[in-house]
Amino acid sequence: MNVDSIQNGLVIDHIAAGHGMTLYNLLGLDSIDVSVALIKNVASRKLGRKDIIKIDADIPVNIDIIGFADPGATVNYIRDGKLVEKRTIDMPETLKNVIRCKNPRCITSCEQELDQLFRLTDRERKIYRCVYCETRWNG
Amino acid sequence: MRHVIDILDLSTDEIRSLIETAQDVIAHPGDYYGVCGGKKLATLFFEPSTRTRLSFEAAMYELGGNVLSVTGAGTSSASKGESVADTAKVVSCYADIIAMRHPKEGAALVAANNASIPVINAGDGGHCHPTQTLADLLTIRREKGRLGGLNVGLCGDLKFGRTVHSLINALSRYEDVRFVLISPEELKLPSYVKDNVLKPNGIPYSQTASLEEALPELDLLYMTRVQKERFFNEEDYLRLKDSYVLTPDKMKLAGPDMCVLHPLPRVNEISVSIDDDPRACYFKQVLNGKYMRMALILMLLRDAGTIR
Repeated sequence: MNVDSIQNGLVIDHIAAGHGMTLYNLLGLDSIDVSVALIKNVASRKLGRKDIIKIDADIPVNIDIIGFADPGATVNYIRDGKLVEKRTIDMPETLKNVIRCKNPRCITSCEQELDQLFRLTDRERKIYRCVYCETRWNG
Repeated sequence: MRHVIDILDLSTDEIRSLIETAQDVIAHPGDYYGVCGGKKLATLFFEPSTRTRLSFEAAMYELGGNVLSVTGAGTSSASKGESVADTAKVVSCYADIIAMRHPKEGAALVAANNASIPVINAGDGGHCHPTQTLADLLTIRREKGRLGGLNVGLCGDLKFGRTVHSLINALSRYEDVRFVLISPEELKLPSYVKDNVLKPNGIPYSQTASLEEALPELDLLYMTRVQKERFFNEEDYLRLKDSYVLTPDKMKLAGPDMCVLHPLPRVNEISVSIDDDPRACYFKQVLNGKYMRMALILMLLRDAGTIR
């Protein structure tokens, strides 16, 4: 399968196999008008299999979302067809308007204009809890 | 601006200071009348309450202050769709301090983030109820003489019982406290309380469904009501509401110094025939709640520079 190299943009690499579509949706890539490639189940020496997302445009991408969806991913920034920066990603301490609290008793369930805020409460187990009601995000 | 949304917003030093103030209020009530003269407490209660609202209002009156009151979402702008954030901003223009109860979890935090005066959480859904915990702590301190070295039984609705969550948070900061969690399977303590409080702090706890088994070893029994308003399904409520009833026979299993606490209101989980038992401390808790709310109002208004 051929996917052209990109000139200006970014490549999100080392996404755990099967997580690419989740990340694609969380980043809102379905609703932007640029060339995007989601490549699934690519052979990887490090992971066995991995997903890759290539975005052929210099657009702002919320790194926190990548860190939340897959802290093992790497982000490669491409300028004029060359790799100019490679970033490893960490889980963000807080998430703002990335995921929604599903607790029907939470204040955010009835006041829709409130920011959806989550805090990382357990890095080892990757547990995020709603700042308002402390309910754990379970996907 | 300082607010109290969660009991953990107060350090153990501050809790000790609040207890000292409350005890001084008890000993010298005349010294405190007029301290809040000309100041106003807004009690915003968007959920039914008798004790907590009256306790806050009595506390403010005994400090010489005045009270502005909203009771029930139906009689306020909330019924017109006003947000908690806007309500907090508006009330900040009228009052010096807010005590708020709301059925939604996190509502008090939203109010605090938007108010320009101190906000006290008077209960946000099943989440937190820090001033009830202050009442509990003063009662424990007065009855047992200490806040550490206690074997504490928590019985009933440990899932939605906000008073239970706040009390666990508070007591976990004192040495040698153990918890016995007594509840039916469906009303067990939420995992976040265990994961965030008990486990990381190495607090010993056990879980059981048998009140009778737990009673002999307890220094303190904290009974709770199964709260109808927390259930989406009435069938579940009806099945669980009579899970535990403390009777004189069961009290025979308890030690002579065990204290029985309850945040009230009770329905039938404590038999009225126990009320005269010297170990029944739940009405003392009510009075202690007023003193601790007085101490808290004083602390927050002083902190805000509203009073000296």
